[in-house]
Amino acid sequence: MGRLILRGERCDNGLAMSFTVTTCPLVEARAPRADLADFTVRCPEIARAARPGQFIMVRCGDFTLRRPISICDADGDLVRFVFEVRGTGTAWLAERTVGDALDILGPQGNGFTLGDTSRPAVFVGGGIGIFPLLHACKPFGARAAVLLGFRTAGLISMVEDFQAAGADVRLATDDGTAGHHGLVTDLLRARCDAGAVDAIFACGPKPMLRATAAIAEEREIPCQLSLEQRMACGVGACLGCAQKIRRPDGTETYAHVCSDGPVFEASVVVW
Amino acid sequence: MMMTTPNLTVNIAGVTLANPVVTASGTFGFGREYGTLYPLSELGAIAVKGLTLKERPGNAPPRVAETPAGMLNSVGLQNPGVEAFIREELPWLKAQGAVVIANIAGNTIEDYCAMAERLSDTAVDLIELNISCPNVKAGGVAFGTSCASVAAITAAVRGACRKPLIVKLSPNVTDIAEIAVSAVDHGADALSLINTLLGMRIDIATRRPVLANNVGGLSGPAVRPIAVRMVWQVRGRVSVPIIGMGGVATWEDAVEMLLAGANAVAVGTALYADPFASVKITRGLREYLERHGMADVQELVGAVQAH
Ligand SMILES: Cc1cc2nc3c(=O)[nH]c(=O)nc-3n(C[C@H](O)[C@H](O)[C@H](O)COP(=O)(O)OP(=O)(O)OC[C@H]3O[C@@H](n4cnc5c(N)ncnc54)[C@H](O)[C@@H]3O)c2cc1C
Ligand SMILES: Cc1cc2nc3c(=O)[nH]c(=O)nc-3n(C[C@H](O)[C@H](O)[C@H](O)COP(=O)(O)O)c2cc1C
Ligand code: FES
Repeated sequence: MGRLILRGERCDNGLAMSFTVTTCPLVEARAPRADLADFTVRCPEIARAARPGQFIMVRCGDFTLRRPISICDADGDLVRFVFEVRGTGTAWLAERTVGDALDILGPQGNGFTLGDTSRPAVFVGGGIGIFPLLHACKPFGARAAVLLGFRTAGLISMVEDFQAAGADVRLATDDGTAGHHGLVTDLLRARCDAGAVDAIFACGPKPMLRATAAIAEEREIPCQLSLEQRMACGVGACLGCAQKIRRPDGTETYAHVCSDGPVFEASVVVW
Repeated sequence: MMMTTPNLTVNIAGVTLANPVVTASGTFGFGREYGTLYPLSELGAIAVKGLTLKERPGNAPPRVAETPAGMLNSVGLQNPGVEAFIREELPWLKAQGAVVIANIAGNTIEDYCAMAERLSDTAVDLIELNISCPNVKAGGVAFGTSCASVAAITAAVRGACRKPLIVKLSPNVTDIAEIAVSAVDHGADALSLINTLLGMRIDIATRRPVLANNVGGLSGPAVRPIAVRMVWQVRGRVSVPIIGMGGVATWEDAVEMLLAGANAVAVGTALYADPFASVKITRGLREYLERHGMADVQELVGAVQAH
């Protein structure tokens, strides 16, 4: 469980990890639901550099701040990201159409450390947290168990994509309209009971992540969580996106989700 | 007609900046992030994240919130402390060829003096006295809001400081020109303004403030008219160099700030939409001067013809 986590990784020349700011064409824009956009941009610089769990900062019209959105998949020259319309920025973005140019910064952040992809791993996603798991689970093929939680059946998305990646997909809904009636962490517990799990990767709402971390700790399974926080710069310069973590010596400090994260070892996160 | 390249250099209290576009403290870290995009030597100077005597963890999140044409922040001066800065950040920054402005903040006058003294023995080029941070409980802005306290802290730090001293003013005051005069009369070699305006946002669904600190500092284009007005008022009363800031995002904004009386501009919040904003502003200024056949950017300073 190597990486730590006090400031973003540095290159030999003392600079932070490099990122690109670029204008790139939207080549595919789908709307699986009225409030969900599934975009693909042609952006070779970002596509080639992207590692699973990293994100991009997308400029939205005249808004002061870019919006952080996870890279859902990167393939060749293409970067795919999927986002829900939450407020004014994502509403603006969702109205873009094929051929429009998007101003994107990335790839940014420390993604998932996948480790040995020939071993079984469990991916736990909730709500908008499911999107970055696609890129991450692909190298595991059929060794990935992907457990997805939603509020209700109408909000389910991406299941075919995960299945196409070879993963064993299980669903949970809060209201029982699809899959297990209950929490996605119930599925995680059951999966851990059923057989050896070497690693857990999770992204979703805080309560889900916290419960996931507790299960992982109880069973001593290495676990990485992708966290969210309000961001301004998205690159580690403004110190806006603080997350409290525990240092190896037991003291607490604020790390930054954009540059130290978004992925953290579950064991260092202070809730 | 002879075309010469216009002179973009600016002298701030004896230190020559290659151009009048600097980074606003706290918005640019210690340069390691945006330094991946362009050489830091292309900037007039880098004002580093506000430093305190000891490491500060900063405030709880959320620390940032977007506002119409701007943002609020309540970072709370998270920084590694002045010694860690001197050891780990400054040598690297100087190796990049940057002019370095060390922004300092403290809880007591003694803290400020100790930091100024310590930094006087380093390669830092200028020291910026931050008596205008709205995000910390003790000190910070408390020093910057009355003429008497500005006079006291400026005089004390001047005595301890062997580097050119910039005093950074808070806009959260009734008469900024009076405060500016106090700072200059007591030893400020230059002024920078404005720091952020205290603001607040409330989430109407949860009925809770968006920032964990409840309030935070407003920056970005929304504050620019206030910054321009304040620079103009201060320029009417002092002759020391002024670094003008608050919402500068384009070369046109920079020209406006210079016309109001600033000798240089700082760019902060604009970097978040466009990380190249500062270097684009320098280019835009150069082209503007060329188009108008002006030899020196300083010809613009205070050149507004008021009604
Ligand atoms: C690392 C990271 C990855 C993300 N990946 C995805 C993704 O793949 N798909 C997806 O649908 N959403 C994702 N989000 C959430 C997404 O950033 C927000 O939904 C979006 O910023 C909302 O913007 P808005 O203008 O529509 O909302 P508004 O509420 O109008 O936004 C106002 C401000 O708050 C910020 N903000 C609001 N909600 C959030 C939030 N949940 N997290 C961070 N900032 C927020 C905005 O960026 C903006 O600065 C991610 C967030 C982070 C931090
Ligand atoms: C995220 C953030 C952090 C800041 N931190 C500091 C700081 O540490 N010290 C300081 O003097 N000013 C700080 N400021 C204020 C800026 O230096 C500047 O005065 C202000 O933001 C106005 O300029 P702008 O509109 O171009 O950002 C900070 C501003 C922001 C947005
Ligand atoms: S958003 Fe600026 S440091 Fe993370």
